[in-house]
Amino acid sequence: MLIRPKAGILDPQGLAVERALPALGFGGVREVHVGRLIELEVADVAQLPQMCEQLLANPLIEDYEIIAPA
Amino acid sequence: MRFGVISFPGSCDDLDAKLAAGRVGEAEIVPHTQTDLRGFDSIIVPGGFSYGDYLRPGAIARFAPVMESVSAFAREGGLVLGICNGFQVLCEARLLPGALLRNVNGHFTCRQVTLELCNGGTPFTRCCPPLLSLPAKHAFGRWYAPAQTLAEMRERGQIVFRYAPGENFNGSIDDVAGVCSAEGNVLGLMPHLEHAVDQLMGSTHGLSVLQSMRLSVEGARLRIGGVDVEGKAAGA
Repeated sequence: MLIRPKAGILDPQGLAVERALPALGFGGVREVHVGRLIELEVADVAQLPQMCEQLLANPLIEDYEIIAPA
Repeated sequence: MRFGVISFPGSCDDLDAKLAAGRVGEAEIVPHTQTDLRGFDSIIVPGGFSYGDYLRPGAIARFAPVMESVSAFAREGGLVLGICNGFQVLCEARLLPGALLRNVNGHFTCRQVTLELCNGGTPFTRCCPPLLSLPAKHAFGRWYAPAQTLAEMRERGQIVFRYAPGENFNGSIDDVAGVCSAEGNVLGLMPHLEHAVDQLMGSTHGLSVLQSMRLSVEGARLRIGGVDVEGKAAGA
């Protein structure tokens, strides 16, 4: 699961990274956002959305994306 | 007046909350495993780092055995006060609207703040002065709610405390420092009222919240700041 800060909500972590990269000489960096990666093994993938809604993400402030390995 | 102060693994202001509440009534620590809240007139969810703040502050504590009872207690109209991490827990438990995000300054910040009282009609604030000086110490104190929720809350008087001009270091939307539920019996705020209950702490304003709660529960005549205050029965 990829958990991202919702668009439009200020992301101070992303901003801090965005400011740090030019300090190391990396130019042209924009729109940096920092989220979370949650890896898990699960018996029933159908439960993943509910897991995200109820615990792994806070839908008020975060978006989630479920990525299943092929 | 009997306060129950919840203690989660990682709570660190539970004892201070108990000591502060103990100045106003009886206060007892309630372990996170306890599910029986009978005998308590109000519940305080204290500050700290419950369950290590893993995932999101308050996200794991919300599922502690005691929290189902706290929700039921709130549904029945009992007074529930969340301070700092307690506020985060109550938001995660959906007992309060909104969520608390990382401070806009990116730091854990500890400083004294001045709050404006925006609603003195709640069971938590009827004894509060118009300005309160309280210490704040947190990294995740930026309260956020979508615009429509915020507008509805303003309409209903659910914005209870705001940071005074220039005091909003965490970047909370609309300078919000504390909010209550639509029914008014659940309050959460970031600053630590339990750390402002003695002249030695630089402020005694925190007591006014606890005294308001006692007044609301007991409907008693209390003498606060040299003035007799007439209470109303809870729910009146």
